[in-house]
Amino acid sequence: MGSLGEHTAVLGVGQTKYQSTRGDVSIAGLVREAALRALEDASCTWADIDAVVIGKAPDFFEGLMMPELFLADALGCVGKPILRVHTAGSVGGSTALVATSLIQGRIHQRVLTLGFEKQSESNATWALSLPQPFSVSINAGAGGYFSPIIRRYMARSGAPDLIGCMVAYKDRRHALLNPYAHLHQPDLTFDQVVDAPMLWDPIRFSETCPSSDGACAMVLGDETAGDAAGGPVAWVHGTAMRSEANNFPGRDEVSPQASRDCAAEVFAKAGIVDPRTEIDVAEIYVPFSWYEPMWLESLGFAERDEGWRMVEDGSTGIDGGGLPVNCSGGVLSSNPIGASGMIRFAEAALQVRGMAGEHQVDGAQKAFGHAYGGGAQYFAMWVVGANKP
Amino acid sequence: MSKELPAQGRLRADLVIEYPFTRTTGPVVGAFMTGLRDRRIVGSRRADGWVFVPAAEVDPDTGNPLSEIVDVASVGVVETWTWVDPPRPGSPWDDPHGLALVRLDGANTPMLHGVLVDSVADMATGMRVEAVWREERVGHITDLLGFVPEGTGTGQPDRTEKSAVADPVRSIRTPIRLEYDFIPSAAAQEYLRAYAEKRILGNRSPVDGAVFVPPRGVDPRSGVETTEMVELPHAGHIGNFCVTHLPIPGRSDLPTPYVSAWIHLDGADIGFLGLVSGCENDEVRIGMRVQAVWKADEELGATAENILYWEPSGEPDVPVEQAGNRAWLGEGMSDA
Repeated sequence: MGSLGEHTAVLGVGQTKYQSTRGDVSIAGLVREAALRALEDASCTWADIDAVVIGKAPDFFEGLMMPELFLADALGCVGKPILRVHTAGSVGGSTALVATSLIQGRIHQRVLTLGFEKQSESNATWALSLPQPFSVSINAGAGGYFSPIIRRYMARSGAPDLIGCMVAYKDRRHALLNPYAHLHQPDLTFDQVVDAPMLWDPIRFSETCPSSDGACAMVLGDETAGDAAGGPVAWVHGTAMRSEANNFPGRDEVSPQASRDCAAEVFAKAGIVDPRTEIDVAEIYVPFSWYEPMWLESLGFAERDEGWRMVEDGSTGIDGGGLPVNCSGGVLSSNPIGASGMIRFAEAALQVRGMAGEHQVDGAQKAFGHAYGGGAQYFAMWVVGANKP
Repeated sequence: MSKELPAQGRLRADLVIEYPFTRTTGPVVGAFMTGLRDRRIVGSRRADGWVFVPAAEVDPDTGNPLSEIVDVASVGVVETWTWVDPPRPGSPWDDPHGLALVRLDGANTPMLHGVLVDSVADMATGMRVEAVWREERVGHITDLLGFVPEGTGTGQPDRTEKSAVADPVRSIRTPIRLEYDFIPSAAAQEYLRAYAEKRILGNRSPVDGAVFVPPRGVDPRSGVETTEMVELPHAGHIGNFCVTHLPIPGRSDLPTPYVSAWIHLDGADIGFLGLVSGCENDEVRIGMRVQAVWKADEELGATAENILYWEPSGEPDVPVEQAGNRAWLGEGMSDA
C-alpha cells in the first residue's frame, strides 16, 4: 500500500441541517457551524489544524468568487495555508481528496476540509443555462443535459420505466432516518413519486434533487493523530480522481471511461477485488434518480445493463440485505451542490465509524464515497474502512 | 447582446452576464446593515475592547466569534486614500472622488468608503471627515453616501429610532454584472462565417479522420490541432433527446414542452444540440432522420441561430443501436 503514502484518518465530521433557506446565518456563519461540529467530533480546536482546504460550486451558482479569501478568518485559518478546489459538482469529493493528499504526502498532520453552498442566494439552473453569442440557447439546467443520457441508459439496458421512481422513493425513505437531510417527507407515497410532473422527460420532478443550503466539514489526520483519537476513526483505504472531455467520438456518456478508470484505481488501491461483496455501504452521487443504476454498473457493483435489477429487488435499500446505497438520503434528499460530494465522503466515514445514527448499516467495515461533476466529466472516489489498511 | 459582422477581421459580440444575487447577512453583519439604515455605524467589540468596523463576525486573530455590537462615531480620520477618476460603471459615485480607509472615533479598524470632495487637492492623510447619508435608506452600504471634511456636512445626524429589534436587516442584494468581449475561436470564426452562406463546416482530425462539428480546432481525445475543414450535409439523425417542460431563461418565444436533441449530421462523428420541431413531441425518437430548417436567406447571419430547428425528413430511421454515439452499444463497458 505504498501508493497511499501516510495513513490518513477521518477524525471528525460536521454537517449543518440541510434546508432550502438558512436565512439566519451568513455564508461565513454556515461554514463555521459545520467546521465547529467537525472539530468537536475530532476533539480538536482551531489551533490543532495545520491547513484548510475548501470547495464550493462554480462561481456563477451563487455569485461568490474567491471564498478562500473571505472565509479564512471564519475557518480559523489566518496565518495558515488555505486552498480552494474547483471541479464543478464533484468538488466536495475532490476537495476531500486534495486535503487527504496533504496528509498522505506528509505535508500536514491535521487538515480541515469543507464544502458548502447557499443555493437560496442564487439560481443554479439559471447559471447552467447561460446563453452564448452565435449559439442556439435551448438547454435549461442540468436536467436538460442529463435527461438524454438517462434515456440512452433506459434504451440500452431495457430497464422498466419506473426504476427511477423506485430510487427516488427509496432515497426519500432513507432521508427520514437522517436528521440532517433536507427533504423529510414521511407521508410521501410511491404513487406520488410516479405521478409527479415531468420536468425533463424522462426525468420527473420527484426524481430530481432539491436546492439546499448547507455545509459539510471533515477533520483529517495522519496515522499518529488517528491512533491517538479517543473515539472511532475512519481510515482511508483508497483514493482516486479522473476527468474527461464531454464530447468526443466514441464517448460512452452513460458510463464514461473516466468513471470506470477511477473506480478501477480506487478499488485496486483499497485491495478490493469484488466491490459488490466487499463494500458494505456506498454513498454515490445521484442527483437524478436513474444515476443510481447507471453508476452501480459503471463502478463495478453490477454488470452492464443489470444495475437496475439491484434497484428493483430492493438490494440498494438500507434493509435490503444487499448493498445499501445512500442511506443518508443521498443527493436526491439534500443538495447544497458545493458540499454534496463531501457529504458522500463524510457519510461513508460515519458508517465505518459506527456513527451514522438511525441510518447506520450494522457492522459496516468498508464504505465507498463517490462524487461526479460537469457533464459527467469529473470523478472523485474514496474507500474508507473501520480498520487501518 | 449585440453582434458585429465586420467585412474583415474577427467576429465578436458583447456578452453580459448579470444576476441579482442575495447575501444573507447573519446577525452581526445584519446589525451593521441595520445600523446604516438608521444612520448609525456599528462595530463588533472583542473582550479586550478592540472594536471592528464594519462589524466582523469572527476575530481574525483567534477565530472566536464576535457578538457584542457597539455604536461608534460618524466622524473619524482618513488613514490612507487614493483618488478615483473617473469612477467605473456601476460605482456608487458618478463624479471623481476619494476612496479612503476611514477610522471612525471609537473604532480600532478602518472602513473603506468614498470621500466626496471636489479635487484630489482636498484629500490628505489624517484629515477629519464626517458621514453623509442618503435620504432613502434600505440597509445597504450605499445608505452611507460617503464622507466629507468634518464640519462641511450636516453635522452629527439626527438619529432615527433604532429599528434593529423590530425589523433587522437579514439579507442584502448584491447584483453582479460581468461584461465580456466574446470572440469566437479561430475555428469557430470560419464555422460561423460559413453559416452566413448557409453552409455547415466541421473539422477533420488528422489522427483518424473523425469529423467534429462544431469545429474546435483541436481533437479533444489527443489535443492534436485540427485544421482541415469539411462541409457537411444539412441532414442527419437524432442521437438522443430531452423533452423539456421548463422554460429556458431568455427564450420566452419557445413554448413548452419542447424537444432538444443531439443532432448527428451525416459524416460527423460527434453530435450537437438542436431544437426539434415539425412533428408531435411524442413522435420524436432515437434514430429519427432530420433535416435543417433555415431562416429566410435575407435573414442569414454568421451565427448558428440560422437554423431555426430540425424537422423529420421522412427517411427511414437509423437503427437505435447505431444512432448517436455508437459507443453505447459497442465496446464501451466490456472492460469494466
